[in-house]
Amino acid sequence: MSKFKKKKGGDIPAVNTAALPDIVFMLLFFFMVATVMRQNTLKIENNLPYADQVEKLDKKDLVMYIYAGKPSANYKQFGTEARIQLNDDFANVSDIASFIAEERASKREELVPFLTTALKVDSDANMGLIGDIKYELRKVNALKINYTTKTGDVQQNQ
Amino acid sequence: MAKRAAPEVNAGSMADIAFLLLIFFLVTTTIETDAGLNRKLPPIEETEPPIIKQKNIFTVLLNGKDELLVEDELMELKDLRAAAKEFLDNGGDGSCDYCKGKKDSESSDNPDKAIISLKNERETTYKAYISVQNELVAAYNELRNRRAQELYGMSFTEMEANYNDVNWPGNKTKLKDQIEQIKLDYPQKLSEVQ
Repeated sequence: MSKFKKKKGGDIPAVNTAALPDIVFMLLFFFMVATVMRQNTLKIENNLPYADQVEKLDKKDLVMYIYAGKPSANYKQFGTEARIQLNDDFANVSDIASFIAEERASKREELVPFLTTALKVDSDANMGLIGDIKYELRKVNALKINYTTKTGDVQQNQ
Repeated sequence: MAKRAAPEVNAGSMADIAFLLLIFFLVTTTIETDAGLNRKLPPIEETEPPIIKQKNIFTVLLNGKDELLVEDELMELKDLRAAAKEFLDNGGDGSCDYCKGKKDSESSDNPDKAIISLKNERETTYKAYISVQNELVAAYNELRNRRAQELYGMSFTEMEANYNDVNWPGNKTKLKDQIEQIKLDYPQKLSEVQ
């Protein structure tokens, strides 16, 4: 009979990890809910300036993004001057009109007047480029724009 | 016959699967900064611009070295907000009974006629331009906040936040009218020279 008797004591019992998946799932759900998938892979530097009179840009599906800034370290062959990026690639000022038309065509017709163009421009870009972008937008009548910024005091821009 | 107990499924690798997913979402997560200054561009028109009295225009010039020239005088960025407020709130012709300015006849007639004109050069950096835009919007917002506080005991920013909040319990049509009234009292007339 003593054959079947278990030895007690001695070894420390293993820690029960049955609740580990629960904890991991909890974290997983948090990140799943909080995640916004990045729409574009940036090929430019995009260090946004600061401003404190900002308004939130909700309705993310009604926003068209135009990025500008100088090419990042991996794309040095495109020069050091600030450039425009639309979707996933570099673009010229003349491409903006077709980009806007494409975005408009992909939305339902009644939503088109509510489309906003968000300009995500690097702090060190110069205004010549922005002026050109704005003129293109005026030509295609996309008049609602938003200068996307970080929230903070303007003194941090110096 | 005795029922045989179903063997328990081994759930040991569930944590591994969950970790895999967790790491995927961790890597793809970006906390997006989608807030900024909303502006409206003017449509391209061929019409002649209306003639505006010089005293009703507040000129802000930003040169290629990011230096600020306001009404033909050099100015620091931190003084711009106060200067813009003083100009907008002047009420020179006395028709604006809520203005608290100096009523200087050399400055703007009333907030409805006062126009801020912003001019920048191609070499101006974007951050300087945003700083100036921010200060000018701040000047308007401060005046609107003051007016809203007087009329409705609530700041203008608070009113707008309430209007956009779907859970706000109050009367939205009334709030919209109030917001429109404030916007009428201090209209945002910010023009950019090309």
